[in-house]
Amino acid sequence: MTTTELPLPGRRFELGRPRWPVVRRWSIAIGAHLAVIAIWWLAVIAFHVPKFIMPTPGETLRTLGDPHYAWLANAWATTIEIFGGYAAGVVTGVLGALAFSWSPIAEETVMPLFVSFNMIPKVALGPLFIVWFKIGILPNSLIAFAICFFPILLTMARGMREVEPELLDLVRSLHGSRWQLFTKIQLPGSLPFLFSGMKVGAIRAVAGAIVGELLGSAQGLGYLMLQVQTTLDTPAMFMAVILITLIGVVLYGIVIGLERIFVVRDARVK
Amino acid sequence: MTAAPVATEPFIHLADVRKEYHRPRAPSFLAVSNATFDVDAGELIALVGPSGCGKTTLLKILAGLHDADSGDVRIGNAAQRFDPARDVGMVFQQPLLLKWRRIIDNVLLPAEILGLPIGASRARARELLDLVGLSGFEQSYPYELSGGMQQRAAIARALVHDPKLVLMDEPFGALDALTREKMNLELLRIWQQSGKTIVFVTHGIAEAVFVATRVIVLTAGPARMAGNLKIDLPHPRTLAMRTHESFGAYTRQIYQLLGME
Repeated sequence: MTTTELPLPGRRFELGRPRWPVVRRWSIAIGAHLAVIAIWWLAVIAFHVPKFIMPTPGETLRTLGDPHYAWLANAWATTIEIFGGYAAGVVTGVLGALAFSWSPIAEETVMPLFVSFNMIPKVALGPLFIVWFKIGILPNSLIAFAICFFPILLTMARGMREVEPELLDLVRSLHGSRWQLFTKIQLPGSLPFLFSGMKVGAIRAVAGAIVGELLGSAQGLGYLMLQVQTTLDTPAMFMAVILITLIGVVLYGIVIGLERIFVVRDARVK
Repeated sequence: MTAAPVATEPFIHLADVRKEYHRPRAPSFLAVSNATFDVDAGELIALVGPSGCGKTTLLKILAGLHDADSGDVRIGNAAQRFDPARDVGMVFQQPLLLKWRRIIDNVLLPAEILGLPIGASRARARELLDLVGLSGFEQSYPYELSGGMQQRAAIARALVHDPKLVLMDEPFGALDALTREKMNLELLRIWQQSGKTIVFVTHGIAEAVFVATRVIVLTAGPARMAGNLKIDLPHPRTLAMRTHESFGAYTRQIYQLLGME
């Protein structure tokens, strides 16, 4: 908090955030990425690293031209698994948090169960899911869901609880309803928490879907990695990792974009 | 003084108000034992005393947030009817503005909760922001304002539904000393222009004497009301009055009532 009472006309408070022009920030970020790729390329050539250990960026990129790998179909399958499991995790997490907020009994009974279930390594459920639902997109989506849902529920539920007692007094002194407290204070107040949980969940959902594919699947980038591993096509494995990362980046970017729209800058949970 | 309607009845009447908090695994805590005082409409009353003396409890009883265990609490009189839902405005130590709302929308919160016509309330909110010295900041977010400015917005929020009674719980306690003095003068100006009845809780003795028409002195352990002083300093008050002989006499008297001298 600053001791200056009134800011100069036309000036607003900037609390020590460096304000680089967007263009400059982006060019530095892109430049850093390109530099890493260049170092990778040079290192492989300079040290004569065999292709099956580490391919050059060019060799990696060229695998995209191989029609046997059905990149598009496999990437699509992985995308569906990640986004499907993640969407289910967000919806369930939010609904669960709302239910907890409205019914303390629900929270008291269900929460300890969730805490115990959360202790299960979700990856260990993979073989079971495959038995129950057969190899395919569904079990992998379920692993993604199981692994991302809990942090979303937990942070959102916490956000719903974090109402300053005095703010509660203010609403009560005006004889405000429970519904008004919910719509005007709790729900908007919990959004920053929700997004912080969603960011953690996004990264976990990607990992969950890929683990599912590695455990058993007939399509997807994880499945493809297992196939090309047997033929020692390391460039294709590199390419698969890059594509998985890109899918994750897109998902994360969507979450960040939604956060920018729905949460005021200062209210965001860092 | 303000042009408050002359009423024979006081606006607030408290007689032998007692409140005890029952705590699990601890002896019950007596917060207020014998609070007895009247407040006329348009007065600015300060409740002063150390932590644990029950000043916040009294404020919550006046706000209708707590019930007294025993004693009389009556608010309103024939000239000024009091509606417990509509006629209380509250200001706390922290501004407690909603981070995701612009200043104007923060000020409008009580009007929304009470379901008041939003167009008229918006116009009133603008007038109030002008009154508290925040015109031009309607569209700012709270984080763009300093602590003192946020507290001004909180005061505007407490006035937007035109309550008859404004309750302030150490409203300037979190501000630095200079800003606090400035806000005391602002409070006096806002009080005179709005004509509200204000109950102001503070542990600052000089602050209490400076702003109030009357000071209620409360002591802790045991919690009881130790005094009720009418402050006969002229209005409008100026910072120079703080060096007056009578100002010193009042503060000394309060220190004595608190058993500190």
